[in-house]
Amino acid sequence: MLVIKDLQASIEDKQILKGINLTVKPGEVHAIMGPNGSGKSTLSAVLTGNPAYTVTGGSVEFYGKDLLTLSPEDRAHEGLFLSFQYPVEIPGVSMVNFMRTALNEKRKYFGQEPLSAADFLKLMREKRSIVQLDNKLASRAVNEGFSGGEKKRNEIFQMAMLEPKLSILDETDSGLDIDALRIVASGVNTLKSKDNATIVITHYQRLLDYIKPDFVHVLYKGRIAMSAGPELALELEEKGYDWIKEQVDSQQ
Amino acid sequence: MNALQQYIDLYDEHRELIEQQSPALLNAVRADARERLEGARLPRKGSVDFEATDLEAVFAHDYGVNINRLPFEADPGETFHCDVPNMSTCLYYSSNDAFHSSATAERNIGKVVVEPFSMAAVDYPELMSDYYGKLARMTDPTVALNSLLVQDGLFIYVPDGVVPERPIQLVNIFNAALDMMVQRRLLIIVGKNASLKLLACDHTQSPDYHYLNNQVVEIVAMQGATVDYYDMEESTPKTSRVSSIYVDQHEGSNVLIDGITLINGFTRNNYHVEVNGENAETQLLGMTIASGEQHVDSHTFISHNAPRCHSNEMFKYVLNDNAVGAFAGKILVKPNCPRVEAYQGNRNLCGAPTAKMYTKPQLEIYTDDVMCSHGSAVGQLDEEALFYMRTRGIGLDEARRLLMQAFVADVIDGVRLDALKDRLHYLVEKRFAGTLSNCAGCLAACRKN
Repeated sequence: MLVIKDLQASIEDKQILKGINLTVKPGEVHAIMGPNGSGKSTLSAVLTGNPAYTVTGGSVEFYGKDLLTLSPEDRAHEGLFLSFQYPVEIPGVSMVNFMRTALNEKRKYFGQEPLSAADFLKLMREKRSIVQLDNKLASRAVNEGFSGGEKKRNEIFQMAMLEPKLSILDETDSGLDIDALRIVASGVNTLKSKDNATIVITHYQRLLDYIKPDFVHVLYKGRIAMSAGPELALELEEKGYDWIKEQVDSQQ
Repeated sequence: MNALQQYIDLYDEHRELIEQQSPALLNAVRADARERLEGARLPRKGSVDFEATDLEAVFAHDYGVNINRLPFEADPGETFHCDVPNMSTCLYYSSNDAFHSSATAERNIGKVVVEPFSMAAVDYPELMSDYYGKLARMTDPTVALNSLLVQDGLFIYVPDGVVPERPIQLVNIFNAALDMMVQRRLLIIVGKNASLKLLACDHTQSPDYHYLNNQVVEIVAMQGATVDYYDMEESTPKTSRVSSIYVDQHEGSNVLIDGITLINGFTRNNYHVEVNGENAETQLLGMTIASGEQHVDSHTFISHNAPRCHSNEMFKYVLNDNAVGAFAGKILVKPNCPRVEAYQGNRNLCGAPTAKMYTKPQLEIYTDDVMCSHGSAVGQLDEEALFYMRTRGIGLDEARRLLMQAFVADVIDGVRLDALKDRLHYLVEKRFAGTLSNCAGCLAACRKN
């Protein structure tokens, strides 16, 4: 579904991604790990079309479409989802209004009628239970005053509502206690199917105990330095990144 | 050039005619007004408290003045459909410069008095002479001009202890087939422990003509009275408005004034609140949504003249295109007014680099042991929030609309009339979506028929 070729990107003239190659197929879970500043979050930002970043080379195909020419909203309609590392608070915009607008914009994109209020509320109720999100939170402003755990659960709730084909979870485990981590991970696993795929960006093996990856990639200095099976994550947990860094640096 | 001169000349020439058709107590103050206008000048852009606004230019246009009191519309209440679900107001109209009551006004059985000055001068001569022109300051040339030319007005009186069931709605309509200036004038007296909810809507039906409403509103809130005054403008790019609202608050009174501008041409709103009694509470709210070439300027002055009072002021502007907004607000706490709490805020959103906002918050405090604050901010839409919404599939335009709506939501939520609050949320949504036609917001919904 996703084919990334030699992707290069910069922010404020600083080159961050220096040639990423990655292919994701339906049903797969990819973990992207790597030391701080290696470009993990930049990759998710570039894939979702954050205007702060400039693509300076390479290509990204999503189901045969040139992803990089689509607006962020159209990428979402086509089935791309990002769970933010730092979900944004939007005071004054209620979760209900936010979700209804998002869902109906997608339906409009595909030439469908808006959801009726009753159907929408039923859907909210159903999806909320996946991450045990309180009804009170759903009636509040988007992320406003939510705890760290609530924000992350809210991200997965939105993912459940939008039913994306490819979800990128950007450090979804950061700021979560063990219980919240379990709830979030079980939510992600519930939503997993043979038709969708997940890219998990994380620093720690811990999350991967719950969300089992098929592939683990290590990002370093804007490139994928190593790709392997799930055993690589365990190795990293034990040995850290230094041995990979040395390997890459000596090659340069 | 002196824009005032044309109106002074008009008065000098037609003084008898003007006075013939007016109640005597309106005539009684004209000499004073005339004297103050001698040699007076309207503020030009750049004068103090007029940093962005040129009143001289607004009045310089050659407006017609209806000194002959020719009727324009026999009774707007008859031709305009006025039954609106959920609001159940007692509805009154003014078309151009004349007042009309409507069928729904009859619901107002005998308790609240709403009548033109011409009648009130006969029915309530003492109240009229005690309060007419007593709060408004003739030192302001626009107030003097109103006093010089005004021939009628609306008198609203809630006797002591009366708490009316229904809000009163006053729909002001411009529909004359010529460029016209009117001197609208309201005198509102709310008695001891009485209450009034008043919604005034300014509309313009004819988009082709230039109109100017130079209005003066005087509000007296007696001991323990509660007054809600919602003042909404939804006119046209060729409509100008200079409005001066004066409030006198007695002990324990509770006054809320909410100025809302959805569509207009040029507007200057002056709010002057004198808090004269202890334990009084004041809410002064403002919401402006402006685009195109709209110009909205608010000037507020709250004077705390008594101890243990509480005032809260919040004005919010959303400006797009070439719109210009201005806010100058001052809170004064006089000596010997301990335990006053007074807060002022002005927050503004510029949605386009060409939109301009001028803001000047001021505090002047002469008593210790008070709690006061003022703050002002001008900003743009939150880029992070916009991107977040876009990744959820909400298009840029829609995301901008949601954020702009959210920005003014708390000011709307300050409305103490549930039906109006809901209606305002709806109107603001339509306004940002660009589907608010002139009159669509009028609760009278006359165009539906």
